[in-house]
Amino acid sequence: MSYTGRFKVWRGDAGGGELQDFEVEVNEGEVVLDIIHRLQATQAHDLAVRWNCKAGKCGSCSAEINGRPRLMCMTRMSVFDESETVTVTPMRTFPVVRDLVTDVSFNYTKAREIPSFVPPPRLGPGEYRMQQEDVERSQEFRKCIECFLCQNVCHVVRDHEENKTAFAGPRFLMRMAELDMHPLDAAEETGLDRKTTAQDEHGLGYCNITKCCTEVCPEHIKITDNALIPLKERAADRKYDPLVWLGSVIRRRGAID
Amino acid sequence: MATTQTPGTGTGIRTPGRASIPDRHLRTDRWWLAPTVTVAVLTAFVIYSTWRAFANSDYYAAPYVSPFYSPCLASNCVPMKGGADLQIFGPWWGISPALIVLIFPLGFRLTCYYYRKAYYRGFWAAPPACAVAEPHAKYSGETRFPLILQNIHRYFFYFAVIFAVILSYDAVLGFRNAAGQWGHMGLGTLVLLVNIALIWVYTLSCHSCRHIVGGRLKNFSKHPVRYRMWTWVGKLNARHMALAWASLVSVALADFYVYLVASGAFHDPRFF
Repeated sequence: MSYTGRFKVWRGDAGGGELQDFEVEVNEGEVVLDIIHRLQATQAHDLAVRWNCKAGKCGSCSAEINGRPRLMCMTRMSVFDESETVTVTPMRTFPVVRDLVTDVSFNYTKAREIPSFVPPPRLGPGEYRMQQEDVERSQEFRKCIECFLCQNVCHVVRDHEENKTAFAGPRFLMRMAELDMHPLDAAEETGLDRKTTAQDEHGLGYCNITKCCTEVCPEHIKITDNALIPLKERAADRKYDPLVWLGSVIRRRGAID
Repeated sequence: MATTQTPGTGTGIRTPGRASIPDRHLRTDRWWLAPTVTVAVLTAFVIYSTWRAFANSDYYAAPYVSPFYSPCLASNCVPMKGGADLQIFGPWWGISPALIVLIFPLGFRLTCYYYRKAYYRGFWAAPPACAVAEPHAKYSGETRFPLILQNIHRYFFYFAVIFAVILSYDAVLGFRNAAGQWGHMGLGTLVLLVNIALIWVYTLSCHSCRHIVGGRLKNFSKHPVRYRMWTWVGKLNARHMALAWASLVSVALADFYVYLVASGAFHDPRFF
């Protein structure tokens, strides 16, 4: 059940490049990364590609296949017609290093800007106790493999390079939501209001919830519905809802919720 | 290495340093279909609802009232026996009474998290589809006026609950005959019931509702009832898009049914 498939693969570097045509053998059960490896082994020995686990868990082989951000290792060739030309390009939001490899350091910069988990002052190591219902929201976000496909597809930075300074991107706003929902995070006790800073310092307001991050997530995390929109609502509690603010002052709530 | 495309000199995907690909996108699927359908249906609804809201006629056919005209807050409303006919606005209000209340359901849907996605994609092309470059030179999202007002969605949600209660009352009034006697039902009753059921599930599936009932909590285990409510609303919320469309169509159809009956174009079949 083999056939010769037609491919267009972007080759080049920051100085320029082009989509090059290739014809490569495709076998039953293969994924796009198999084809890239065969291409590398037989026709383009210097083709640069970043990969590691080949099981959709390391988040290394992110690329754009027929214009859609996807993991190469999780894109089966059987989803394409045999007559179809499959186009493979690097992610188009980050600077290209070479061929299919991009420089994703923007994401590490943004990761460092997110304040870490603040340990509760009254509990020592080994004394943390949490109920399952209190942590399951955050656990969904912990499935993230940091493939940065959501960061790549988000039009806020994909189409507007100038927003990269102000906008953390869906992956790291999700991280803020995760920490804000964490039952033991003591950020508020130390004066750090994640709800407000998400909007004021990490660009939550740039998100217009068009859900592309959710569409491309290979872990099927509901980034928009379960992280970004709840975070927007939490920011609204702080900044746009005097009733909630008044209630929290009168009843001295907030931290104990 | 042979290069046919020099580095980009523009912005966005053509920013210098990114892979030099001139195409706005390389998608081969029908990515344009969803935004096109969105634009077509929303435009049709806006045209229809504008006509009906300004028409100021054929909105009451006892015992049915159009959802566009309920509650009717002006003294120029036609008499509605037992209906939400409150006459708060005096005779000085000379235009259609629908225009008084329209802002509430309109605002609820305009600021709805699902509809925002739909019209940002469909009408504003920001973005038109995932990984399809948008045509705008600058983008500030919902950080500035007027789009920063999207943050008041929860207030429209509160009003939407009040309106859903009123429309439920209207649907119950449908179990009367034209003379106002109880224990009767017609096709219009069924139309109003389906409409209010869809409006309720759409309203309760709202992201703000999900946040208010429990989403804002940090420790669900301390609030088991709110946690249960949050779980229920979460299940509805997963279908928010489908419910948004279904309720939009149903409210237009309910109004159209009342229009047909009130204008005499259709005779309401009575079941009992």
